[in-house]
Amino acid sequence: MKELSLNLLDIAENSVKAGATLTELLLTETADTLVMAVRDNGCGMTDETVCRVTDPFYTTRTTRPVGLGLPLLRMAAEQTGGTLAVESRHADAHPEDHGTEVTAVFHTDHIDCPPLGDLVATVTTLIQGHPDTDFLFRHSRPGAEPVELDTRQLRQILGEISLAEFEVLQWISGYLREQYDPPTA
Amino acid sequence: MKSLAELQAIKERMQGKVALREGSSDKRVVVGMATCGIAAGARPVLNAFVEQVNEAGLTASVTVTQTGCIGICQYEPVVEVFEAGKEKVTYVKMSADKVARVVEEHLKGGRPVAEYTIGNAQL
Repeated sequence: MKELSLNLLDIAENSVKAGATLTELLLTETADTLVMAVRDNGCGMTDETVCRVTDPFYTTRTTRPVGLGLPLLRMAAEQTGGTLAVESRHADAHPEDHGTEVTAVFHTDHIDCPPLGDLVATVTTLIQGHPDTDFLFRHSRPGAEPVELDTRQLRQILGEISLAEFEVLQWISGYLREQYDPPTA
Repeated sequence: MKSLAELQAIKERMQGKVALREGSSDKRVVVGMATCGIAAGARPVLNAFVEQVNEAGLTASVTVTQTGCIGICQYEPVVEVFEAGKEKVTYVKMSADKVARVVEEHLKGGRPVAEYTIGNAQL
């Protein structure tokens, strides 16, 4: 993965596959760290599975016996001196309150810290592929307003119009890019 | 500044159009978006399809969707085109630059771009 936004996209796809109706993508930067968290209300994993998810030879896919999503994220975080944590509550044991939270901590002042990349493309790609589930994206940076998008709010306005409509996706992309780079009035 | 009011206006504009479109899609473009696809560059390929299908005015007949691992990770980014009554076409090692020809020749013109397909691929 060349940019962290691709890891983010990859991990969020797991949440959707786990049946999440809401997936939160939360990025919090300080002067020299970045915390990237993906929190969902999907089916969750058993403790036994959680122990194995960063093993590259563990996967739920059936097409081949390798699963690199979380191992790659773990590697990206640890090579900056950071950490990866996975917490999960399986639906069988927690019928009311299940889901998974993946938290990666990066030391952004480390020379091996990958660039964040195109976060806006990651968010629009997720929405394009999964217009019927909700995403909350929030990126907090020091000295700037947080960049935020909540598809639940957009859905209220759009009614039965799909979030995957091209004009809607374009609006989302523009809305986020303007938050990153406010037009000078 | 983009505002939620602007989104409201988009909704009102779309409402008429969407009713016309339902159920009429006859071609389906599926982009593999598992770890292997994403790492190989599937995100810009997907976004190029979404954009160019719209620019070509094909949204009534073509839908662009995502799927997981197709199983041929070494050929990623992989794009499959499904059309009722025809054999599936599998494009491999795609890039955003290759999308224009697929949209023009295959999705619009009905002639698959043979040189991008898996049959022509060299590992």
